[in-house]
Amino acid sequence: MIKRNNKSKENNPFYDPTLKSRHRSSKRFKKFTLTSLIFSIAFLVFFLYDIISKGTPAFEQAYVSVPVTYNEKTIKNTRKAIDRKYLRVVSRAWLREIPRQVKEDPSLMGKTVNKWALADDQVDQYLKGHYYKLKRKDRALIDDMKAHGAVELKFNTIFFTNGDSKIPEFAGLNSAIIGSIFTLIITMLFAFPIGVMTAIYLEEFADDNKFTQTIEVNINNLAAIPSILFGLLGLAIFINLFGLPRSSPLVGGLTLALMTLPIIIVSSRAALRAVPDSIRQAGYGLGLTKIEVTRDHVLPLAFPGILTGSIIGLAQAMGETAPLIIIGMIAFIPDAPSTVTQAATVMPAQLFTWAGMPERMYIEKTAAGIMVLLTVLISLNALAIYLRKKFEVKW
Amino acid sequence: MHSFESKNRSTVIKERIIKTLLITASTISILTTFGILFSILFEAIAFFELRSFWYFLTGTTWSPGQVGSQFGAVPIFTGTFMITLIAMAVAVPIGLGSAVYMSEYASHKVRDYLKPILEVLAGIPTVVYGFFAAITVAPLIVKVAAFFGLEATFNSALASGVVMGIMIIPVISSLSDDVIRAVPDSQRKASLGLGMTQGETIKNIVLPSAMPGIISAVLLGFSKAIGETMIVVMAAGLRPNLSFNPLEDMTTVTVRIVDALVGDQAFNSPETLVAFALGLTLFVVTLILNILSLMMIRKFKEKYKVNTL
Repeated sequence: MIKRNNKSKENNPFYDPTLKSRHRSSKRFKKFTLTSLIFSIAFLVFFLYDIISKGTPAFEQAYVSVPVTYNEKTIKNTRKAIDRKYLRVVSRAWLREIPRQVKEDPSLMGKTVNKWALADDQVDQYLKGHYYKLKRKDRALIDDMKAHGAVELKFNTIFFTNGDSKIPEFAGLNSAIIGSIFTLIITMLFAFPIGVMTAIYLEEFADDNKFTQTIEVNINNLAAIPSILFGLLGLAIFINLFGLPRSSPLVGGLTLALMTLPIIIVSSRAALRAVPDSIRQAGYGLGLTKIEVTRDHVLPLAFPGILTGSIIGLAQAMGETAPLIIIGMIAFIPDAPSTVTQAATVMPAQLFTWAGMPERMYIEKTAAGIMVLLTVLISLNALAIYLRKKFEVKW
Repeated sequence: MHSFESKNRSTVIKERIIKTLLITASTISILTTFGILFSILFEAIAFFELRSFWYFLTGTTWSPGQVGSQFGAVPIFTGTFMITLIAMAVAVPIGLGSAVYMSEYASHKVRDYLKPILEVLAGIPTVVYGFFAAITVAPLIVKVAAFFGLEATFNSALASGVVMGIMIIPVISSLSDDVIRAVPDSQRKASLGLGMTQGETIKNIVLPSAMPGIISAVLLGFSKAIGETMIVVMAAGLRPNLSFNPLEDMTTVTVRIVDALVGDQAFNSPETLVAFALGLTLFVVTLILNILSLMMIRKFKEKYKVNTL
């Protein structure tokens, strides 16, 4: 490394002719590490920009103002309710709703009214300047209607109120959101008590014996097992062995609970360990039993930490897709489930289904769905950090 | 620590029940591991009763759903290996570089801001990465390849590999950062005192000291990459392709598991049961990697007497 050079000008025994290049190499190394960090951050920025720019248009949906005729004939054959030239411009799904509109407002019967109708997905894409498949005739019609203010982009409420649909402009995230909520309730109902109880046992009661060590090694391993294998477990045990209904939030929730368990156990143990022993000793000194000390003193003090870990576990479970695909939660579910044993889908699984659809509008909706999902996840994590900061006790 | 037993009989019984409940809860984690192992094992055995175990491991023809279907998983293993290798080629230098910068160069304040940013990468659901790989990265790679006169498919191994690598970055950087910071400062001071530059100190002293921990982080990342499902399901191909060209489409173990179980085959057909044979392979490989990773990190902890990792 360092070659001593006695013939140097300074006649300095420590003079190192390679010093300059060594310093340069040191600087190069620093630059390399900084570059790799910048790359990670640049990727994140590019990624968020890409998703937001793809997803934002989906929060607006094109509507067209067309005269709609309500009478006996048009209720039977809704395609007759609007002028033929509008047929390719108005959404098929919207036309199907015409009988329902009359039911809600019987005074419409026998009249022809100008209505804001949901536009077809191709019209929507054309207006947003994306790739579209529209005939020149229809394009001219839209341009003409636009000039008269008969075309508008409105906030897309359908995206939040509707379930999945094979008609892209009619598809929404609602059934998946309800499915996610049901699934996560089941997950937490099982994972939270079992996880906390395990942590209490391991931290407060267990002796350091073979049994305890086996549990600890197991928890470490469970945390690193690929998530798809939990799906295989759910399929083989919950569905094939116990006969629970396929695609249901119950099976999905149980499967996710097993995955979330290690996260809750590890964070709860850390929270329990942070409670100083003096608290326990004071309790014993006053003649309390071990369970009384744990229940009334240690657990309340550790609770904020336990809650933080559980919220982080919840956020992870929320984004999980692979095991749920295996147990069939990617079926086409247009309606939100009303019980935990009905077939359902969850948000990430819905995004997966949409991402595989050929219509351009589904891409937009997938990106918008990702924005919704990421917003929820970031809020959950922010809540976890806030709770930790607020209730953190420095001993 | 000594504690009292209550003299009240009903309290004693109640406390016994609570303790039993706690122990029962603790056994669930063991039950889960065995549940996974046995559920996969039994179905995999059912598969190997129908098809040869040896051909599964060494055969090169994968043709499910045909008359005389064959299940030679070598093309699938190579696909998995290729994509994982691409992912590691991205994740190891960038993850390690980021970790070194955060632990050695950045001030505490800067580090406090940087670490959460990298953790955001870890919190992004994999289905989102998959969408990004399929919709944005894959077409980009096709365009770039065409610019250089190469031909890439729209579900190239490179697209899913690169995005998977980015997903692994925080796994490697987070653990490596902790490990590098646990290397005692006296080592750095001794090296700097002997006239080493900072770069030389890090490369010749700090990193070798932290090596078991870094290897542990890399193994963990490797195991994550092999078991990753959504990115490859969405962005990689379905075609078993025995090739080493990253611009071609390849398939992986996880893709094949999903494909076998989403189809409408009868559950007892080899087309479905093969998912469990693949699952068993995945389980064994990731388990070995995880155990090795745990062993390495334990070695590091014992050497420097740290318990916080």
